[in-house]
Amino acid sequence: MFDRRLIENFDWGFLGVIILICAAGMMILYSAVTAGADGAVLHGLFKKQAVWMGAGFFIILVSLVVDFRELGKLHLFFYVLCVGLLVSTYLFGKVGGGSQRWLVLGPIRMQPSELMKISLIISLAAVYAGSVSQEGLGFRNLIKPATLCLIPFGLIVNQPDLGTGLLLLLIAGTITLFVKVQKKVILTFTGVGLPIVPLVWFFGLKDYQKGRILTFLDPDRDPLGAGYHIIQSKIAIGSGMLTGKGFLKGTQNALNFLPEQHTDFILSVLAEEWGFAGCVVLLLLYFVLLFWGLNIAYNCRNMFGSILAFGITAMIFWQIFINIGMVMGLMPVVGVPLPLISYGGSSVVTNMVGFGILLNISMRKFTSS
Amino acid sequence: MGDINRNPDRDWLKQRLMGASLCIVLVFSLLLLRLVYLQMIKGEEYRRLSQTNCVRLKSIKSSRGLIYDRSNTLLVDNRPAFDLSIVLEDAKPVKETVAHLSGLTGEPQDELMASIKKAGRSAFYKPLVLKRDISRDLLAMVESHQFDLPGVYIDIEPTRHYIYEKTAAHLLGYLGEINREELQSGKYPNVKTGDSIGRYGVEKSFEPFLQGKRGGRQVEVDVNGRVIKVLKTVDPVPGKDLYLTLDLKLQQRAEELLAGKDGAVVVLDPSNGDVLVMASTPSFDQNDFIGGISSKKWRALMDDPGRPMNNKAIQAEYPPASTYKIITAMAGLEEKVIDRSSTFFCPGFYKFGNRRYHCWNRHGHGELDVVGAIERSCDVFFYRTGEELGVDKLAQYANGAGLGRLTGIRLAHERDGLIPTAAWKKKRFKESWQAGETLSISIGQGFNLVTPLQMAVFIAAVGNGGTLYRPRIVKAVRDYRGKMVKEIEPEITGGLPVSPENLALVRKGMLKVVHGSRGTARRIRLKDITIAGKTGTAQVFSRKAGEKFDNKKLGRTLQDHAWFVCYAPAENPKVAVSVMIEHGEHGSSAAAPVAGELIRSYLGAPDPAMAMLSEHGKDQQE
Repeated sequence: MFDRRLIENFDWGFLGVIILICAAGMMILYSAVTAGADGAVLHGLFKKQAVWMGAGFFIILVSLVVDFRELGKLHLFFYVLCVGLLVSTYLFGKVGGGSQRWLVLGPIRMQPSELMKISLIISLAAVYAGSVSQEGLGFRNLIKPATLCLIPFGLIVNQPDLGTGLLLLLIAGTITLFVKVQKKVILTFTGVGLPIVPLVWFFGLKDYQKGRILTFLDPDRDPLGAGYHIIQSKIAIGSGMLTGKGFLKGTQNALNFLPEQHTDFILSVLAEEWGFAGCVVLLLLYFVLLFWGLNIAYNCRNMFGSILAFGITAMIFWQIFINIGMVMGLMPVVGVPLPLISYGGSSVVTNMVGFGILLNISMRKFTSS
Repeated sequence: MGDINRNPDRDWLKQRLMGASLCIVLVFSLLLLRLVYLQMIKGEEYRRLSQTNCVRLKSIKSSRGLIYDRSNTLLVDNRPAFDLSIVLEDAKPVKETVAHLSGLTGEPQDELMASIKKAGRSAFYKPLVLKRDISRDLLAMVESHQFDLPGVYIDIEPTRHYIYEKTAAHLLGYLGEINREELQSGKYPNVKTGDSIGRYGVEKSFEPFLQGKRGGRQVEVDVNGRVIKVLKTVDPVPGKDLYLTLDLKLQQRAEELLAGKDGAVVVLDPSNGDVLVMASTPSFDQNDFIGGISSKKWRALMDDPGRPMNNKAIQAEYPPASTYKIITAMAGLEEKVIDRSSTFFCPGFYKFGNRRYHCWNRHGHGELDVVGAIERSCDVFFYRTGEELGVDKLAQYANGAGLGRLTGIRLAHERDGLIPTAAWKKKRFKESWQAGETLSISIGQGFNLVTPLQMAVFIAAVGNGGTLYRPRIVKAVRDYRGKMVKEIEPEITGGLPVSPENLALVRKGMLKVVHGSRGTARRIRLKDITIAGKTGTAQVFSRKAGEKFDNKKLGRTLQDHAWFVCYAPAENPKVAVSVMIEHGEHGSSAAAPVAGELIRSYLGAPDPAMAMLSEHGKDQQE
């Protein structure tokens, strides 16, 4: 049942990059969870992450069997399923940190907003594949995609998880711009959008959300909360200097100065222990990963596949940019994990599904529609 | 178009992807530059900061809002408590330091170590509380050995202090340490582990106002943990102060009068619903809850049959007994079942079917009109009125008078009581309503249940001409500078479903309860103040018709509950009082004197002896 050509065309290089990043991620995570006192308890997180990674690779493998073009045909089914899961977080969701984000299925805690990202990318790729034109998308072409975006956006923002919601819009916006939008549409949206900003500020945002943005602009505003985290994160990164303090030797990390050091702030552990050199290596790996993704988009002979590959690359790109920017104090503190490095099952699985799709597109690049 | 839709046009795609690539290159350059800046240019500085690990965070607790009574007497404030804490990183070697501390304080070493172990990994640089609220002696001891105890500190934390222990304990409430679920719920953004939040009473319902906002300092410390430099400070914001409607003196008097009894007293201002008194006995000392109540004390409170942790004014439900006859009278007059001149003859019992329903006065009251029936609390008169009205009509008027529904007082755990209807019984017991049961209902026995607060709100409405107010306990919320944050206005929740003429008849009957020659509460008559009221004696268990018990021979817990509700002065009421004494036997003997005494002390009627000495005493006191 397997076409020989598929195996010949398998993108070993891309898989190699993913494996390298995963390996780096596990190493940094090991550092983050074992350094300092009481390592035994937190070791569990390392094992759990290993299991998630394993599951991720399994998902990649399985997903290769099905032709990616089937995704396009079934996109509405996935979309409705994911929206349904989002709705059910309201009904059965587990409240954590003041918001309902998780669904608990037996031993598995999942965050449907993560899967929603992939599902939305597939849907947008399917819709845009039919409306691409040299002159770009007009207003009428945007009604359907806008609807597809706003439903999950509303649901996620209501959880409330503004960070993931905005990430969703960011990804969708990037894909839309990639497909090309008519100039007049862009001008109209900027014209209408700019006056909306103050409205959103005054009526749309919760106080703590405003607080985060204000704190970013002026860290002295909240020197005890986010401001302090950013300071400690900067100390950790900066103190790594050129070559770092060495594996498991990061004092900022070991002494637990950093909040969320194994999830959102994990980059500072790398930066402290491996220094500038380590960071450059990771950035380089990510850089290669992203260009490989764009290359897959370019080589695909199928419009749906190209847009899909681009969309997934965009998703990875934004997560990297926002997370690293935040940890280095370039952006407000928002909860976005660093792909394949941060601890977290939903994030690992989502990214792995994304990579699986990219590999899938890559090995079928010559099969046009 | 055509081809482009399906198979991407190479040039088109290349052009689009070039843009994307450019973005990636730009962003990665930016990140790289930032890394260069942080790790190369500022690296030395951050390395130094990380090596000394000298940036610490010190949280400053805010003080909780104060609580005043209506005449601005301070009821609840904060006192400084001294907490013994340790910063492990500075306390090296930890074992020796703790051993030394244990020797000085007499605290077992294991216990001190246990709290250190519990804090786990996150504890290196955070001050960890070893013992809360230490004594002055211990404080002096630790201070004088500061040099031998590196890393051991005394933190001063504002702690709640209830100035008049036990007074209005149920109304004021108490605090309790926040638990993990509450912390995670996100409802308390300013609260951290170990902090307390309102758990009961006003402390609970006004938590958002009372709670202040934590402040803190980012400080640079030296190797010994001493602060070298304060980097940034955020001052704590104190909580807002509450100004209650409560009258401290009257509350204290009410509690004195209730001492030794189980029961509740509510005094309202009929003109606006202000709660002047809310007392419930037995009570508890809120100061016991500070820093966590001991499990022994808690057990004792929970096991006490008098239920000291219950605010009986709002949480306990009792049959309203004869006080309910006011409702039956109102309903009868409004529905024209009776009028001002209709009379019934009371032979001491009422024949219904082949059963006899007795009047409390077995000898009978003779011929009575509605005013006389209220004055003497004749059961027979109201059996007949109630029978003709039916249970649903009665319920309609009781609900209209605010019974069987929440008064809306801003206290948690308020109970709504129960006003039965035929439909309710069908639903609850799957049985139809029996006409005989209506007779019990019409004199306030049977399924009826009300709270002392509901009765107070109702009787205040009778007194003020028919307006039902939402009981108000807090008049104003001000910040610590005295600036008004929120003013709570009186709130009307409804009106008695009765015409002024009919209400006047009822009021006349109630006046005669105290001032009539045969009124059931004539013993509480005061010289200068007119009181209009109604007594009630609620059966704790139901008796068979005609069965007679000698209350004295019954165990105390089977004895009747005593009610008295009233307002005074009758012409222009300034207070409405509801008194419930559990197992007090008779409203007239147990409950009414409490109300009489409260009215006397509030309205300032001098003692009879004093009145003769000073004729203008009354003017002075008003």
